[in-house]
Amino acid sequence: MTVSVENVHRRFGAAAALDGVSLEVAPGEFVALLGPSGSGKTTLLRVLAGLEGTDAGRVGIGGRDMTGVPARERGVGVVFQHYALFRHMTVFDNVAFGLGVRPRAERPTRAETARRVRELLELVRIPELERRYPDQLSGGQRQRVALARALAIQPRLLLLDEPFGALDALVRKEVRRWVRRLHDELGIATILVTHDQEEAMEMADRVAVMERGRIVQCDAPSALLDAPATAFVAGFVGEAARIPCAVRHGVAHFDPLPLPPMRVALPDGPAQAFVRPHETLAGPGEGAVLRLVRAGTAGEARAVVEAGEATLDALLHPQGAWAVRGGACRVQLRAAQVFGAAGAQARALPLVERAGVRA
Amino acid sequence: MSARFRPAHADAPAFNAVLIGAALAVAFMLLVLPLAAVFVEALRRGLPVALDAIVEEDSLAAIRLTLVVAAITVPLNLVGGVAAAWAVAKCDFPGKRLLVTLIELPFSVSPVIAGLVFVLIFGAQGWLGGWLQARDIQVIFALPGLVLATVFVTFPFVARTVMPLMQEQGREEEEAAATLGATGFQTFWRVTLPNVKWALLSGVLLCNARAMGEFGAVSVVSGHIRGETNTMPLHVEILYNEYQFAGAFAVAALLALLGLVTLAAKSILERLSGRPSGGAA
Amino acid sequence: MSATLIHARPARVAPVPGLGLSLGVTIAWAGLIVVIPLAALAIKPWELGVAGVLASLADPRVVSALSVSFGAALAAALVALPLGLLLAWAIVRLEFPGRRVLDGAIDLPFALPTAVAGIALTALLAPNGWLGAPLMAAFGWQIAYTQAGIVAALVFVGLPFIVRTVEPVLRDMGRDAEEAAATLGATRPQALARVVLPALAPSLLTGFGLAFARGVGEYGSVIFIAGNMPMQTEIAPLLIVIRLEQFDYAGAAAVGLAMLLLSFAILLGLNLLQRALRRGRR
Repeated sequence: MTVSVENVHRRFGAAAALDGVSLEVAPGEFVALLGPSGSGKTTLLRVLAGLEGTDAGRVGIGGRDMTGVPARERGVGVVFQHYALFRHMTVFDNVAFGLGVRPRAERPTRAETARRVRELLELVRIPELERRYPDQLSGGQRQRVALARALAIQPRLLLLDEPFGALDALVRKEVRRWVRRLHDELGIATILVTHDQEEAMEMADRVAVMERGRIVQCDAPSALLDAPATAFVAGFVGEAARIPCAVRHGVAHFDPLPLPPMRVALPDGPAQAFVRPHETLAGPGEGAVLRLVRAGTAGEARAVVEAGEATLDALLHPQGAWAVRGGACRVQLRAAQVFGAAGAQARALPLVERAGVRA
Repeated sequence: MSARFRPAHADAPAFNAVLIGAALAVAFMLLVLPLAAVFVEALRRGLPVALDAIVEEDSLAAIRLTLVVAAITVPLNLVGGVAAAWAVAKCDFPGKRLLVTLIELPFSVSPVIAGLVFVLIFGAQGWLGGWLQARDIQVIFALPGLVLATVFVTFPFVARTVMPLMQEQGREEEEAAATLGATGFQTFWRVTLPNVKWALLSGVLLCNARAMGEFGAVSVVSGHIRGETNTMPLHVEILYNEYQFAGAFAVAALLALLGLVTLAAKSILERLSGRPSGGAA
Repeated sequence: MSATLIHARPARVAPVPGLGLSLGVTIAWAGLIVVIPLAALAIKPWELGVAGVLASLADPRVVSALSVSFGAALAAALVALPLGLLLAWAIVRLEFPGRRVLDGAIDLPFALPTAVAGIALTALLAPNGWLGAPLMAAFGWQIAYTQAGIVAALVFVGLPFIVRTVEPVLRDMGRDAEEAAATLGATRPQALARVVLPALAPSLLTGFGLAFARGVGEYGSVIFIAGNMPMQTEIAPLLIVIRLEQFDYAGAAAVGLAMLLLSFAILLGLNLLQRALRRGRR
């Protein structure tokens, strides 16, 4: 394991920022820490970088116990949220910094330093900017400099703290793919902190979802969507509407909402169902009101429906002239994830597979 | 009818003209006239007389002593001020606000009290007076006393000018330096210091100006021994009280020039520090 | 994977190193130069005993000197307040040639050594001075060597404190609030009185406090112009100097301590008032 975090605790005053976190990252793996703000993901990153201490627990990097090892001896590359470039140094000097501060015996020669800096700038595709100062660069260029600077120390582990937050939407998507390709080329284990689930799902091999100082689930992106471990993950990852229901004799009832009951293997009692838009169908019929109809990005038609108290995103099925804003419709659920009492959960399916409703 | 539009936040031009006139009048009376008075009085009997008053033996001794006091005081407060600014801006520790209050305290203490406290400790009747006398060590009415009083009075200048800037710049760059393998000293020297150098220089200049111009505190600990413990401001007082007005104003003019140069340098530095240091553009 | 183990030992990490050294230097520095000397001031007077301190302070000459110092500082801060507001407004809001020079000149009282300011003001305001003579001839006013002279010197010294505390607030305030007031139907005087002035009030109060505190302790710029007549124009700092010259250390320290405690009490009062102002607005 490149990284092993075992049961790490960290409190700030009364608040627990990390409440028993464990995480393993394999060599060359790309892991994203995903969670709302205040969930502890940045604290975990700072603990790994050696910028934050721990109250209890163990952090190992590359097989070495890092407890009490200061940041400068860890050899961990960090790309900070706002890049933290040295504003009084040129791009070249920024990238060369990590080589220049080594003890004299380990310090590369001037020529060697220059060669490696140019190589890195080539790698991040900004060789022409080496004489510029940070305030003369665009956000994307700064980010490349920060990445080159972090890579200059040949880190065993690369930490990215919300590195795409300062970029505009168009650039962000492109840079994301480029960073992932770069990771695949270099093979350095990478941990990305983000609150953007799209970013986490697109870039990472595994995503660790954090909630209130704990990792509640760490899985491949598809597994998070298909088998969320907790109600929090179900609600946080992917688009989902949360609907209260009651389970009686293996059937979830949604009264008073005008939704058909579903079969689910859970004990009797109140429960929460999470339904995703692509599993929610709005068709001709009665019971609900069509509030909005629009074209989806993949050529499908999407709808916003008002089913009693609940407002749901749905697929329009079938498409056609019947669907008018303010008109009546009928909502069916293809599937739902239901969480009962004491963390029990199960997948709910329609009672009867109706004609016209194909999975 | 004039169709000129006046924005909602603007006042009538006539009203503004009155305000400008009043502001200039206040500035003229309170700021320009006193400064002008110094130079006019200094040159009243001609430049040669003024220069003679400055190159006279006791004046030169006062100038020399003033330079010595400043040369000791400024480096001491530079080290203390930078250390204080670093600790407050870049580190976390309990009691930080108390420390900041303590650093600013000398600003709100009368300079006479600044001198008094050192007399209470080192003076003939002071806590250490007998002990010092037995060993024939002079603190009060000697250079060490002058330095102590001046250090007290100029204590906050460097810390006060550098601290806000260091705080504003945050800790990210220092943290980045740490992850790249820099030691604490390397981080300070290569990352923090270049970012605050103009403010630091400005603080040093202010500290120096006050150290050279301090009157109340040094007057208490000096003993006014001509040619020995007289700094320039004290020499101004002596000459003035002896009705040697031309000489008093000549030395005062020299001090006023120091103040003006400091002021000009400070505003230049403030403009410089607004830009990234060494920026190519 | 081995069984979960919890290290009892917490790992404390300072993100930025150098706390020990810098804090050590700072505390040693502040302790030697500020704390120990001021402790001496707090302890020394009690050599006289409580009754002795009270008797020393009840000396009519002491009472007079303290009331001259505090009264003049108060009067000077009150005079400097509108003048400082005027200058700050001119620098921030008005366009006129020489504005930048004026901006730079505001700091002159900070930069001019106090003794220089003292003899310059005396030269101006003495009965035969540039301003003193016409004032004497026209109104029969004598400024120098009276309490008015003390106030004049303290106005000079205190002015930049008020300008430099009000100015940044005025600059930050922008003109949005005034424009909003105008769209809501306020006349210009209403906008100034009900929007601008209340927003500036806390900074005016701060500036007032700074100018006042500086004025109470001021020595160099005052002693030349004051005339230094006991019971009339003798300021408290001068009395400290006089008592020291008589080797009455405890008596000098008593006056010094009284000055510090009085200013502290007044500044505390101003601080509370300011807090009340802020709270009242929320």
